[in-house]
Amino acid sequence: MSLMQLTAVELGKKIKAGEVSVVEAATAALDAIEKRDAKYHCYVTVVDRETVLKKAAEVQAKIDAGELTGPLAGVPVAIKDNMCTEGLLTTCSSKILGNFVPTFSSEAVLNLEKAGAVILGKTNMDEFAMGSTTETSAYGVTKNPWNEEHVPGGSSGGSAAAVAAEECFYALGSDTGGSIRQPASYCGVVGMKPTYGTVSRYGLIAYGSSLDQIGPMAKDVTDVATILECIASHDPKDSTSVARTEEEYRFTDALVDDVKGLKIGIPRDYLGEGLDPEVKESILAAAKALEAKGAIVEEFDLSLVEYAIPAYYVIASAEASSNLERFDGVKYGYRAKEYEGLHQMYKKTRSEGFGPEVKRRIMLGSFVLSSGYYDAYYLKALRTKALIKKAFDKAFEKYDIILGPAAPTTAPKLGSSLSDPIKMYLGDIYTISVNLAGLPGITVPCGFDSKGLPIGLQMIGDCFAEKTLIRAAYAFEQTHPYTRANVEE
Amino acid sequence: MANVIDDATIEYVGILAKLELSGEEKEQAKKDMGKMLDYIDSLNELDTSGVEPMTNVFPVKNVFREDVVTNGDTRDLTIANAPEEKDGQFVVPKTVD
Repeated sequence: MSLMQLTAVELGKKIKAGEVSVVEAATAALDAIEKRDAKYHCYVTVVDRETVLKKAAEVQAKIDAGELTGPLAGVPVAIKDNMCTEGLLTTCSSKILGNFVPTFSSEAVLNLEKAGAVILGKTNMDEFAMGSTTETSAYGVTKNPWNEEHVPGGSSGGSAAAVAAEECFYALGSDTGGSIRQPASYCGVVGMKPTYGTVSRYGLIAYGSSLDQIGPMAKDVTDVATILECIASHDPKDSTSVARTEEEYRFTDALVDDVKGLKIGIPRDYLGEGLDPEVKESILAAAKALEAKGAIVEEFDLSLVEYAIPAYYVIASAEASSNLERFDGVKYGYRAKEYEGLHQMYKKTRSEGFGPEVKRRIMLGSFVLSSGYYDAYYLKALRTKALIKKAFDKAFEKYDIILGPAAPTTAPKLGSSLSDPIKMYLGDIYTISVNLAGLPGITVPCGFDSKGLPIGLQMIGDCFAEKTLIRAAYAFEQTHPYTRANVEE
Repeated sequence: MANVIDDATIEYVGILAKLELSGEEKEQAKKDMGKMLDYIDSLNELDTSGVEPMTNVFPVKNVFREDVVTNGDTRDLTIANAPEEKDGQFVVPKTVD
């Protein structure tokens, strides 16, 4: 068996026991990237071998000296290219940041490094995390390791594909409207978006600041809980960072195979029109498996589901139009070659540097925030958000967990999504409201469709109830162990 | 299509967004934005009277911290990212005559 088949925690144990060295693990990962990434294109940037192996040797020395004892010490990781990494190119998959080398690392990455992570490279994504297929990247498309004619999902498509293609042991993604959960589902891996404020956004290049959260992507729930435990922290540099109790941060305590008495609600609104029958069947079978383990499962009406997408696009675009104003060709990144005066330099730089989907959202965001439309669009969307939050609050009075699909279909074919943006946006219908309400959500693989593409089960918890989610996901996983994609060794 | 975006609007949005669109891009943007606003107009089916706009999911309070420099001097590294620099400073087109 190749080392690359190990989960992050399994590898961590072998490193700790001295059965595998950190250099061996890093070499295996770099070899896998070298062998397979030309095919899948999970990475925008791969760190050069010399640097990775030097870091690996340093980490090994610290492990040997007893300074690094955590479960992820020495385990190589891939980072989504919207998280700043000191001294390492960070492009956000955009031309406008094509040469940007951050002078600092994001807090989540620092937390991993403190735990002994070895960074392999930066993964491909939709430009500025805007998209659902990783096809809006300025650096080429990523292919789904289950079928190269299909997308890996997005926007954390490179991270999801890198885990499934065994080109890393685990990865970080970010989720603004489903960007961890949906690609995890399409690629047959586990992905989790924590409660808003759980992982610091410091150093995460902002898209929709009130919605963005960093989270783990890995082969199983044990990895995801372990990674989350490592990256979650209260950070004074992120004013929306939430301080949780020590007990709340011990996510791995929830890795327990027990869902007896757990109340699970399935929104009828998630099973209606637009849901692929094969996905539906698989999700309901997963619910049955949890029921067989003693969970109480029933269907209910969540309501307002169809309003989440329009509300999201107003709020996310508005925030994006403001957040992306900083890309103006002055301090970093791309600058247009020819221009007359400062204002034309801004305009030409941005017009040449941003791709079509990013421009579309900046335009929409600028419009909904403009005088005369602010109340009708922006405030209306924020009021809708309040109603959506209320609907979830009501649901969580009755249920511990909400269960449903991660996406209406399995991974679409490459090239089939971008021509009709609204159709692409509708693919986020089951994930997007979770961000509006700040809730945690997890997707775990639960089956395959007749084309052999993975289906993901999504479970949503109340704010700060990650441990309930982890317990349910772990219990489900015991009935449905991880299946590897058929990647060439 | 209920929302018709005219040239003046797209021009105005272009100024706000600091984007210079080609003729073709403008036509596409008018169509895209019109369609998107039609879709967003479905929110008007919802009665939100008396509902407070929710910016943050959790109650927010001002977060203060001491104004202390912790990251040291990174001027050279910062400037290394500049599209154009001179003597350790950013160069921009002339803004004042």
